[in-house]
Amino acid sequence: MTTTNGGAALIKALELEGVDTIFGLPGGAILPVYDPILDSPIRHVLVRHEQGAGHMAEGYALSTGRPGVAMVTSGPAATNIVTPLCNAYMDSTPLVVITGQVGTPAIGTDAFQECDTVGITRSVTKHNELVTRAADIPMVIRQAFHIATTGRPGPVLVDIPKDIVDPNNPAAHFEWYWPTDDEVSASLPGYKPTIKGHPRKIKDAAEMTLEATRPVIYAGGGILKARAAEALREFAELTDIPVVTTLMARGAFPDDHELCLGMPGMHGNYTAVTAMQRADLLIALGSRFDDRITGRLDGFAPDAKIIHVDIDPAELGKVRRPDVPIVGDCRQVIEELNKVIHKHLDGGREFPDRSEWRSQISGWQETHPLTFEQSAPGELLKPQYVLEQLRERAPEDCIVASGVGQHQMWTSQFWHFTHPYTWVNSGGLGTMGFSVPAAIGAKAGRPDRMVWAVDGDGCFQMTAQELVTASTERIPIKVAILNNAYLGMVRQWQEMFYEERYSEVYLSPDLPDYVKWAEAMGCVAMRVESPEEVGPAIDKANQINDRPVVIEFRTDSAEKVYPMVPSGKTNDDIVVDPTQPDPVGRNSGATR
Amino acid sequence: MSAAPRYHVLSVLVENRAGVLARVANLFARRGYNIYSLAVAPTDDENFSRITVVVDVESAPLEQVVKQLNKLINVIKISELDPRDSVERELMMLTVKAPPGTRSEILELAGLFDASVIDVGVAELTMSLDDTPQRLDDLEALLRPHGIVDLQRTGRVALPRLDHAAH
Ligand SMILES: Cc1ncc(C[n+]2csc(CCOP(=O)(O)OP(=O)(O)O)c2C)c(N)n1
Ligand SMILES: [Mg+2]
Repeated sequence: MTTTNGGAALIKALELEGVDTIFGLPGGAILPVYDPILDSPIRHVLVRHEQGAGHMAEGYALSTGRPGVAMVTSGPAATNIVTPLCNAYMDSTPLVVITGQVGTPAIGTDAFQECDTVGITRSVTKHNELVTRAADIPMVIRQAFHIATTGRPGPVLVDIPKDIVDPNNPAAHFEWYWPTDDEVSASLPGYKPTIKGHPRKIKDAAEMTLEATRPVIYAGGGILKARAAEALREFAELTDIPVVTTLMARGAFPDDHELCLGMPGMHGNYTAVTAMQRADLLIALGSRFDDRITGRLDGFAPDAKIIHVDIDPAELGKVRRPDVPIVGDCRQVIEELNKVIHKHLDGGREFPDRSEWRSQISGWQETHPLTFEQSAPGELLKPQYVLEQLRERAPEDCIVASGVGQHQMWTSQFWHFTHPYTWVNSGGLGTMGFSVPAAIGAKAGRPDRMVWAVDGDGCFQMTAQELVTASTERIPIKVAILNNAYLGMVRQWQEMFYEERYSEVYLSPDLPDYVKWAEAMGCVAMRVESPEEVGPAIDKANQINDRPVVIEFRTDSAEKVYPMVPSGKTNDDIVVDPTQPDPVGRNSGATR
Repeated sequence: MSAAPRYHVLSVLVENRAGVLARVANLFARRGYNIYSLAVAPTDDENFSRITVVVDVESAPLEQVVKQLNKLINVIKISELDPRDSVERELMMLTVKAPPGTRSEILELAGLFDASVIDVGVAELTMSLDDTPQRLDDLEALLRPHGIVDLQRTGRVALPRLDHAAH
């Protein structure tokens, strides 16, 4: 038996959990834990703001599938990481966040940098725990990783008072132990995620799938969490059913597959939105009928029966009552479903004639593809053109992160996703400032991959300082700022729904000077204003591998994201690009 | 109270540790579920506590309440106790004005309900009653005209009704 102390035990526990990177920033309460980091093989990435640490951990998790780890001190550092926790909670991203806390005797006394971290983060974590005894640390860390990564994944926060990690405190010493899997399960009597789907329900789902004449697979982020992309592809091909991939599932099914209809939702593909509306069967796999997908609920997919597979029982029936609810891990359930359907097909069963459905879908694809008009000479760049060029010039397996706003929607629309875990974005919470730190985290987790962040000028100004982190730590990400001089998405709403009354959305194209700013942070920086410069600038950026690169693209502020389902409207009221036929027969939609 | 209950009684078995009640209460607040009453105490096994919570059904579909509660790591088991299939008790203490003129009438009421008088003042009485929530309501209503000075109820606790038929 070896004695250890809380601080050393914490780092050792992280090593044993397979952690290779911690994103963090030290301070008083967490000091004793930072000392053993010097002797640990774990890489610590020193951030410039704790929000950055959280989003980096998210980017790491989204690109690797392994839990992201962040470590910060108490009080203001803990509150700074609340946004990433909430973001990870909404997007079911596995994180383990360790916060320092004032010593146990000082808890509750309003001590310096004390805050009720566990209380503040309770509703934005899957679970959190204040550890009060050093000897509990190995078990609590094992529990944290187990809870974060199993069932519906999510962030877990562990709050560590300073005295229990202080090697000078005799009470912080204990006999090292490492709990077994069984001991961990036994210590969590209330936590048993359902993995295997109910066989009878799977049979029912197969039956429904075999009968449908207008089926659509509605694939959500759960596919990626369950590592079910392969199984999904097999299912789609076996059944010849088209697939929509939500904002959270981009990459879960290849965009270049003939069955792929693209992204549904408020700014989804016309075909994806409309196919869901007209479907007689929606097979929801790891998706949650978010309001950005359904539009006004009472008009959503009125004729569709629903098969809903999710590992979180609370999602089944939360928004739309499924005809066949299946609780379970998406991969396992889809694999079982494939087996059952195979058996039916081997036994001579056939799908009904779905040729009419297929031709309807290809009709929509023909009349309403994603589109934009190239800018005339002397005009500002079209953001969609920039994205097309970025995509074309990046390797197939390039990872792309985005902020939140118009640029995010264009990235999701115009980036052709062909690999899972290549899309890093903030879906449920819509957190501006996500992309730069998330891209850094993704690159730290996948140094073998090229990583682009596509950011808005508004978003960039929220977390840009993490490029200093990227420069110092030699994490060579690439950032494309789509500088439209506006909080563009808000501007778009004001244009379309507030009679062009622009209130507090103008930012300025040249204040700050993005090139100087990026250079000051150790990046290579470029400014691009005309279409012919776009390609060469991107190629140049793609060749730089020893430091971060920032390209500022001056884009047209009047450009809007289409299609758009106005909020409060049903998906039938979708507004398409003004150059395309209006499906609802309004004479003219909004102007370009 | 009307015949169709507008509330559900949930019996929630939880780990008996710091912060668990806060988690449960937090979940109700965050999801907009109204708690009608709540009682909590350790079970015979000290590692566990039982929370008996009465939820207003108008505020949320029961199924969601149960499923969301189940997601809390420290929640072990949830059972819905249908008032028809369970035995329920609640404790009420109340102080009522009882000047010499009405004191005997009040004592008579207390006797009819098997309430115990636990404190006697110059012009007030404090009594306690443990019974079904309905009986507590009844006594409260009958005493109200006399002037209730203070009233405290514990919230109901409940257990499933036992099998009465021999097998
Ligand atoms: C932290 C945060 N604050 C406010 C918002 C509301 N919001 C959504 S998109 C947006 C504009 C984003 O501007 P920019 O980064 O320039 O992107 P653009 O829409 O112009 O592409 C705002 C303010 C948000 N999502 N997140
Ligand atoms: Mg902008």
